[in-house]
Amino acid sequence: MTEAIAATARWQSCAIVEIATRTPAIKSFFLRLSETFDYTAGQHVDVRLTAPNGYVAMRSYSIASAPSDSKVIELAIERLPDGEVSPFFHDVARVGDTIELRGPLGGHFLWPGPSNKPVLLIGAGSGVVPLMAMIRYRKASGEPVPVALSLSSQTWGDVLFRDELLELESSLPDFALALALTREPATRRTDFSRRIDAGMVADVAARLPGSPGCAFVCGSNAFVDIAVDAALALGLEAGAIKTERYGA
Amino acid sequence: MVTRGFTGRQSGSEPSDRIPPGQHLVDNFPVLTAGPTPRIEPVDWTFTLKVGPRPVKAWNWSEFNALPRTKMTRDIHCVTSWSKLNTAWEGVAVDDILADAGLSAPTPFALAHCYDGYSTNVPLADLATGKAMVALKYEGQPLPRDHGGPARLLVPHLYFWKSAKWVNGLQFTERDEAGFWELRGYHMYGDPWNEQRYTND
Ligand SMILES: Cc1cc2nc3c(=O)[nH]c(=O)nc-3n(C[C@H](O)[C@H](O)[C@H](O)COP(=O)(O)OP(=O)(O)OC[C@H]3O[C@@H](n4cnc5c(N)ncnc54)[C@H](O)[C@@H]3O)c2cc1C
Repeated sequence: MTEAIAATARWQSCAIVEIATRTPAIKSFFLRLSETFDYTAGQHVDVRLTAPNGYVAMRSYSIASAPSDSKVIELAIERLPDGEVSPFFHDVARVGDTIELRGPLGGHFLWPGPSNKPVLLIGAGSGVVPLMAMIRYRKASGEPVPVALSLSSQTWGDVLFRDELLELESSLPDFALALALTREPATRRTDFSRRIDAGMVADVAARLPGSPGCAFVCGSNAFVDIAVDAALALGLEAGAIKTERYGA
Repeated sequence: MVTRGFTGRQSGSEPSDRIPPGQHLVDNFPVLTAGPTPRIEPVDWTFTLKVGPRPVKAWNWSEFNALPRTKMTRDIHCVTSWSKLNTAWEGVAVDDILADAGLSAPTPFALAHCYDGYSTNVPLADLATGKAMVALKYEGQPLPRDHGGPARLLVPHLYFWKSAKWVNGLQFTERDEAGFWELRGYHMYGDPWNEQRYTND
């Protein structure tokens, strides 16, 4: 598990090759690496922006794309209104620009590798990004691992990767999807119209063919705390629950 | 390399001699943890000092709270790039823990161990001579659970992952042994002023 990050992650310049608007607040940035690297779904990169006077701002972004032979990786960045880096990406960055990044980073929030124990994924908002890399990897690798995703978003329009997730729900065997909308009624019977709670997590976990072997939780700190307590209540051991907190 | 169109949020009034390279100031106190937040009641809490595999002394919550108290106000720097100035802590200096156990400089290195299985390595030189404490209070209040309560290590001059939350022991080691994040690609020492974020930085 540590081999993936043993090599030095060097800074490299990457060209933005495509920008896609995903939701009103989230855009995907497709970056062409000058030096490819092997990574595991769940890992992140650090991005570094430099002002003309040498001032530097650095932030971490999870990789949304599944590991593959491609030189292009996808980051999905949510615009925080008073933020320093995310508004730069949304308002200033354009295709053809060069961005410095290093990766892959993070040796803990990692897709578990070959195993057939079901995996429970719980995310909120842009917290679905590393979970999406796992789901995409699960599809591409064909590993027979049952996966359930519980994803909280404010509205239907805010669900990151919505169309792709809906398509996977119908095409990928052993993949269960539950959307939780916090500011709008859900229209699908299998979704929820409320904030996350223990009952919701238990309901989604029950859609797996067996008890989950591990859980990955990603979102704000408050969200992660509720989701983790719910996962513990399912009987998962603390060491089997991995969390990524985006800070705030 | 200058990033086209980027100027950043530079107020100009920031005390740049207190912000290490690549860091930015925050007013809030972000929480970053690899797993569940443990629940440890003070009555169940113990702190054990070991030299190698050998336990030298253990304290329960009230014994530990009876040790001499130290206050420090320090700037802290998280490897995820935020820094926070003037954070106020109260706890027991590592010097006073060692003195109470009748030890002075057992070995050159130590591993801090925690209730959630986390560990992190810090050289003795960075723990002793008033540089580090086991913190019991933050801003005058008992340490919140999210921030490592009831007790966390505080080594404010190193990146903040070294300030292990939910600490329950210090183990002195002959060699510099990697802890949890150090085994997962993070730097063995973690000096923010030299940007020692990852293994070979
Ligand atoms: C491992 C990891 C992975 C991550 N992955 C992703 C991802 O995939 N997608 C994603 O969108 N994010 C991700 N994040 C979060 C990301 O790193 C940034 O924290 C986020 O983009 C905000 O950065 P910013 O510069 O826009 O905002 P910041 O400038 O960092 O501000 C954050 C918030 O605090 C407020 N704030 C803080 N300081 C000030 C100040 N001095 N003045 C005014 N306001 C202030 C801002 O209003 C803003 O709302 C990840 C974080 C981690 C740790």
